Amino acid sequence: MKRFLAFVRKEFLHIFRDIRTLIIIFGIPVAQILIFGFVVRTDIKNAGIAIMDLSQDDVSRKLTDKIISSGFFINTGHLSSYNEIETEFRKGNTRAVLIFGEDFGRDLTREGKAVMSIIADGSDPNAATLITNYAMAIVRDFNMEIAGPALPGPGMIVPGVKMFYNPNLESHFMFVPGVITLILILICALMTSVTISREKEFGTMEVLLVSPLRPVQIILGKVTPYFLLSFINVIMILLLSWIVFDLPVKGSLVLLLAETMLYILMSLSLGILISTISDTMQQAIFISFLGLMLPTILLSGFIFPIENMHPVYNLVSMIVPPRYFIVIIKNIMIKGTGLMFVWKETLILLLMTVFFISVSIRKFRLRLE
Amino acid sequence: MKIIESWRICKKYGEVQALDDLSFSVNESEIFGFIGPDGAGKTTLFRIITTLLLPDEGKMRVLGLDVVKGFKELRRKTGYMPGRFSLYSDLTVQENLEFYATVFGTTVKENYDLIADIYSHIEPFKKRTAGKLSGGMKQKLALSCALIHKPSLLVLDEPTTGIDAVSRSEFWDLLGKLRQHRITVVVSTPYMDEAMRCDRVALIQNGKILSVDEPDKIRQGFSRKLFTLRSADKYSLITALRKYPGILTTYPFGETVHVTFSGDSYDDSLLRHLEGLGIKDAVISEAEAGIEDRFLELMEKGVTE
Repeated sequence: MKRFLAFVRKEFLHIFRDIRTLIIIFGIPVAQILIFGFVVRTDIKNAGIAIMDLSQDDVSRKLTDKIISSGFFINTGHLSSYNEIETEFRKGNTRAVLIFGEDFGRDLTREGKAVMSIIADGSDPNAATLITNYAMAIVRDFNMEIAGPALPGPGMIVPGVKMFYNPNLESHFMFVPGVITLILILICALMTSVTISREKEFGTMEVLLVSPLRPVQIILGKVTPYFLLSFINVIMILLLSWIVFDLPVKGSLVLLLAETMLYILMSLSLGILISTISDTMQQAIFISFLGLMLPTILLSGFIFPIENMHPVYNLVSMIVPPRYFIVIIKNIMIKGTGLMFVWKETLILLLMTVFFISVSIRKFRLRLE
Repeated sequence: MKIIESWRICKKYGEVQALDDLSFSVNESEIFGFIGPDGAGKTTLFRIITTLLLPDEGKMRVLGLDVVKGFKELRRKTGYMPGRFSLYSDLTVQENLEFYATVFGTTVKENYDLIADIYSHIEPFKKRTAGKLSGGMKQKLALSCALIHKPSLLVLDEPTTGIDAVSRSEFWDLLGKLRQHRITVVVSTPYMDEAMRCDRVALIQNGKILSVDEPDKIRQGFSRKLFTLRSADKYSLITALRKYPGILTTYPFGETVHVTFSGDSYDDSLLRHLEGLGIKDAVISEAEAGIEDRFLELMEKGVTE
């Protein structure tokens, strides 16, 4: 135990003495959260909106006026048939189309309830969600107005939202789960593989091997500091996204942290595995970037939805661990669901972790060849 | 008890025969040197002794333990200093020493008397990171770290390569003092002058041991009479000597040239020959053979055999 603690202490000294390691561990997550957060626009102004008012009644005109005069939208034209919608989007100025069906006015007066639609250009998913959210907020507001303060019951105008080009549009707050997924695999796998191959490259591994330290002690000693630091990191990211972007964790925080620990463990064991097959730091960095960073960004569903992937890529993404973690963390953070909905993904991550650990302990060489 | 017993050890890297049928033994408390050029197989041999590599063929027992089966126990009892500096350059002198002490299950205090001689040289810099030490100091720190757990066998792979002459001499003084602690030292070096400071040396080349003996006896094994020649223009002297009919070997040795003649003697024709080729200041004298002369002789034999 004493040996192990001395080893962990040595690892912490390595980390805290190297400014580059510290930047990677703590600087990059903060920078990524802030960059992603601010690049993804959280407000809209003067978004082009076209109106297709087939009903031409009092209420539809009032609602149109209210939306256009809100300051968030500008009117880019009036359409008279559904066929014109796509042409309108293709022109590029229109981000959304507001549709009142022919029966809108009649339904409203006869049944006290009517359906309108908002169709948004889903090719820019973030903007599309924002626009529809804004438009819907205005409709809700309008509902209150015509119902009067005395009758705050269910709204009379029911807005339906449709996405053009990207019908399964997902929440734009995706970047926080995405960044956590990416950062953890980067720090855990990259840093552990680099720190172990560093010992090989500098020849200190030779001395460690000759010492009475057991492979398990060396591996755990390498991994423990990164486990702790990564965990601090996650808490930091969550706090940051909560304070700066108002993004709370909807589901259970305990469950989220437990799942995160599992994912950290999985990434660390992957890092050890990489270190067993690379002899130099450069090799380790190369394998980590090519084998982990790119698949995490491209194939995990972080940026490109898995549903829209070519079947072959979809198949490849099955072996990319971040794919499962993104589902878990999205569910817990954004949808607020519990373990019941993510147990399958959790099990897959657990199996992957066990697999990577057993392979790397078997592959960890007691000698130099 | 023999500290190391090696029977017909062979090791191949692909097509290259790194170690070829090595048999030797090392006695307790002696300083045993492996002398040979780069690529002779010294590092490979040392890695087998320290259980870092497995031999392809042959058997080796170190401290009575088999290097293959007994590696776990053996690793507690050996101290190893690899050829290149392998301490943590971002940790301080003290942190390095304490780390290795703890890893080997001891404390700096417990074995301080063992390293006191060596460590006292670097103790004033104990707060400095190891990467900022001079070459000689780095080696002293590495030696302290290899010794901190009081090993029965200390294996040092070219500990003095790349270090200034004064530090080298100091380093060997320190090794000499380890005898009183009954620590056996196996050391390799490419420097022939250091061979004289070992109790016994093995001359090794191309993975083969050419000779094992006390350095003086190896030196005396030189089979011919040796002469040294001196001239301001050493290069012309060597080319001229090689054209002389009675010459056997010509090797440059620092400022001088070491030669042997087929009849173990020379006559006036040699100086006339040199003068004829424009070398008028040549001075010749008989000399005692050094260990390097014997080594070159053995190498030559090995090639012609």
